[in-house]
Amino acid sequence: MRLPFALALAWRESRGSRRRLALYLGSVSLGVAALVAITSFGANVRTSVQAQARTLLGADLELRARAPFPDSVEAVLDSVRRSGVPLARVTSFASMVLAPRTGRTRLIEVRAVSGEFPFYGTVATDPPGLWTSFRATRTLIVDPAVLVYLEARVGDTLNIGDARFVVAGVVTRAPGDAALWTAIGPRVFLPAQFLDETNLLRFGSLAQYRAYVQMPDDDVQRFLNRHNALFQRHRIGNETVAEQEEDLTRAVGRLARWLGLVGLVALLLGGLGVGSAVNVFVGDKLDSAALLRCLGARQRAVLAVYLLQAIALGLVGAGVGVVLGLLVQAVLPMVLSGLLPLEISTALQWSPILAGLGIGVGTAVLFALPPLLRLQAVSPLRALRHDLDGGGRASRLWRLAVYGALFIGLIALSVWQAPRRQVGFAFAGSVLVTTALLWLTARSLMGATRRWFPRRASYVVRQGVANLFRPQNQTTAVILAIGFGVFLIATLYVVQRNLLDQLALDSRPDRPNLVFFDVQLDQRHGVVRVLAERGVSALGVTPIVPARIARLNGRPTDSLTADTLGRVPSRWALRRDYRNTYRDTLVSSERLTAGAWWVGSTARREGELPRISVEEELAGDLGVRVGDRITWNVQGVPVETQIASLRQVSWARFEPNFFVVFEPGVLERAPQTFVLLARVGDATRRAELQRDVVLAYPNVVSVDLTLVQQAVDGIVSKVTLAIRFMALFSIGSGLVILVGALAASRLQRIREAVLLKTIGASAGQVRRIFLTEYCAWGSLAALTGVLLAGMAGWALVTQLFELRFRLPALALVGVWATVVGLVAAVGLANSRAALSKPPLAVLRELSE
Amino acid sequence: MIIETRDLEQTYSSGGRPLTVLRQINLSIAPREFVAVMGPSGSGKTTLLGLLAGLDRPTRGVVRLDGDDLGSLSEDARARLRAEKVGFVFQTFQLMPTLTALENVLVPLELRGGADGAAAELRARQLLERVGLGDRVDHYPAQLSGGEQQRVGVARAFAAEPKVLLADEPTGSLDAETGRAVIDLLVELNRDAGTTLVLVTHDPALAARARRVIRLVGGTIVADARTEGQ
Repeated sequence: MRLPFALALAWRESRGSRRRLALYLGSVSLGVAALVAITSFGANVRTSVQAQARTLLGADLELRARAPFPDSVEAVLDSVRRSGVPLARVTSFASMVLAPRTGRTRLIEVRAVSGEFPFYGTVATDPPGLWTSFRATRTLIVDPAVLVYLEARVGDTLNIGDARFVVAGVVTRAPGDAALWTAIGPRVFLPAQFLDETNLLRFGSLAQYRAYVQMPDDDVQRFLNRHNALFQRHRIGNETVAEQEEDLTRAVGRLARWLGLVGLVALLLGGLGVGSAVNVFVGDKLDSAALLRCLGARQRAVLAVYLLQAIALGLVGAGVGVVLGLLVQAVLPMVLSGLLPLEISTALQWSPILAGLGIGVGTAVLFALPPLLRLQAVSPLRALRHDLDGGGRASRLWRLAVYGALFIGLIALSVWQAPRRQVGFAFAGSVLVTTALLWLTARSLMGATRRWFPRRASYVVRQGVANLFRPQNQTTAVILAIGFGVFLIATLYVVQRNLLDQLALDSRPDRPNLVFFDVQLDQRHGVVRVLAERGVSALGVTPIVPARIARLNGRPTDSLTADTLGRVPSRWALRRDYRNTYRDTLVSSERLTAGAWWVGSTARREGELPRISVEEELAGDLGVRVGDRITWNVQGVPVETQIASLRQVSWARFEPNFFVVFEPGVLERAPQTFVLLARVGDATRRAELQRDVVLAYPNVVSVDLTLVQQAVDGIVSKVTLAIRFMALFSIGSGLVILVGALAASRLQRIREAVLLKTIGASAGQVRRIFLTEYCAWGSLAALTGVLLAGMAGWALVTQLFELRFRLPALALVGVWATVVGLVAAVGLANSRAALSKPPLAVLRELSE
Repeated sequence: MIIETRDLEQTYSSGGRPLTVLRQINLSIAPREFVAVMGPSGSGKTTLLGLLAGLDRPTRGVVRLDGDDLGSLSEDARARLRAEKVGFVFQTFQLMPTLTALENVLVPLELRGGADGAAAELRARQLLERVGLGDRVDHYPAQLSGGEQQRVGVARAFAAEPKVLLADEPTGSLDAETGRAVIDLLVELNRDAGTTLVLVTHDPALAARARRVIRLVGGTIVADARTEGQ
């Protein structure tokens, strides 16, 4: 058969089933929509980043350090400035800010600005134009959230450390800001010349020192190359526009790809829908295929006729999906807003559209092929004898080829969509495993229902449940698809709830909810006294001693990182700033895994090194074991120690936890700060206590953990919202399959309704039978998803996050009930014809 | 009279134009009668049977079943009447594919409700025994031959001890021999239970076994004759 004829025949052959098939292919549409939406969103973000990269950084080069730039670096910067290159400085650190008028305090990021920063883009303020003028006077401009937290307004005075400033206005928009972050970590900007008056940059405070330079890109590279060694030596990091652009593009691209994987699930579920729909279609077309064979068509031609139909309809389904995806893409910035530091311009991107079409058609064809093989193998004899059993079995070679293609297709799609190749393989693997698990769960639930359903239940209920096993009922496909969506959403929910529950400190009266940081040695007793005046006792006073690693087993860290042979300790672990403590007991979030704790044996013998305990994973990163020696640089003083034990630490607890703990009697005289914990039940009293401490000791930073908890809550909800949004596509695919399955069994349903009415059933009884069937459908689907979600949630919470697991049973029951309601509503809405048609009309059709 | 019709008329719209399927049907059927309705395709046989069972409201005229005017009853009231008084046998058997033979026979009893479960099951088993399927009660329709399926259909029709049994071409999908066996069964059960039997058929041999044959052509009764019967 020539192709044009096959095309013509395919077109004619599809008459009468086009509308129904189009519905099935709608299940591909949703998946394509999800992918197109997320990929074109990603592409739009990339273009926006390219257009705005320079504005996002605000300069051509950023230099940054954890400590003030040393003189040698300052000398370089000086010579740069003298040569006429614009230079700006931003020093930022966290500090308590107090509004005397309202008595409110809050931990806020302080940024001291000097120079014409930003060189690119403008900071919009209210009242306008303040950004350049406010620095001449003793004034501040602040993020709007600062005023909200402090219940202050423009014109109020704010205390920062020992200095007082008047709020001149608010920042309405600054380049590079993500709305969410500025709401959680709001900033005040103060003129750099007043920074010293605050007296805040003391020992142990964490500050970021940044210098911004404006120079042509070529000069930037030359400048960096020339001073590379100097910057390396003094731990000065740098960021160029190109790097910034690359980082952002990569981060957003990764986000888009992860979300795309969730969309891919919807697409694969859609493919499942196509498969089961085509299976029904094939059942209807066996006679036509046999007839074509009788009339002399070859096997391959028969397959071509129906494959062309699948391709054409796949194209229609994918086309609808692309249009839908472009519409959704316009909504995505709203869902993701707050997570991104730039404005996203929405433009039509061609590559995601073409990719969406290709993927849609590919998926439709791949999933349609296995059932279509039955048509290809049909016996011509069937044209004469209808009762000949349904279709032949395709040859083993054909089946192997088709299932192989399906498998390779799945892996190719996953790898293409995934952020990394391994993730792609892992995704394809987990899709296969999850599908298998869902399938097993669905089948065993169905089996159990069939086997143990009470024989004594009313007829209506029994008939409804029995209908699940009606021929061509697609029960398994529907349960799989809806179950998958429920599984995704419920798993997210379970994990989210468990994470947030761990932070719910208010409910546990023994846990601290107020933390004071940066308490200096001479302030320790004073802060405790302020607490005591308010009737609050400190739950713990923990010393913190900053230090760096100087030598491992006698070898200097520089030579270790330069070593190219053998196992090199992680650079991060070697070079980071450690904040160590000392104590004589283990705390509740720790468990000893190797060596011995120094219980009762604090007296050290002469000639022995001081003992330390190292966190297990850090020990792995450093490549050290019990007995190894670490020499610390404690503010210039070398302290050699020996590892006495390794500990496992549960970091998720809101407690001061440490990588390295010293035994007492070593660091008591070293420069150190303290952390104090307290618990105050009442929110107003917490605020008052914070105010009192700030008034007495402006440098002491206090954090109300309940506020932190709310902030974390906000971030987690925002992130999960995006994932949930994508998971909705899976549920949508499930419902489309449900509608398709209902359409496939429509005639059968009408006949059944008429039969029942003819032998005396009332319309109400028939409706209740259908309702039971849909409820059973929804129940099994939701149960399948919820069961697996419970298990997956348990695994994630206990294994990945290493937290205690609690099953949010009530909420899961809610999910289950919602799904049942949804399925029942969609089902009944699609069964009106079966319920309302007068029986005689159908009887006439049947007999004449 | 168990069944009475007066000036019965049924009109459907077909392609937007009215199509009169039955007109001027006046019938009286006495209890225990065995009536065959014959006629060519499209003569209105099935429609007549359906109207006698109250499956739709007549466009004009009156149908009375055991004294009740079907046209004045609601859809559900007519369904209840059928559950109590009418058994139905279909040309294409129309068994529930998801139910076993026994469960299929039980459906009318269960729809009617209020029955003692054990007693209903006993009756259903006896009926299946009676139609020769005592050993196949737990089989699903797909596991039964056409003749066996129709015998389940007959057992189901008699399950609720109806006063009237309506059969629409009950042998139409069966070969001659199987068809004869099914008719034997119908006649036998009809005689034993004292049911009124109205049967639509194409088959003259089958019609010959009835006591009365009504011929329909183009929606009107052209002949209504008593025969010898069997």
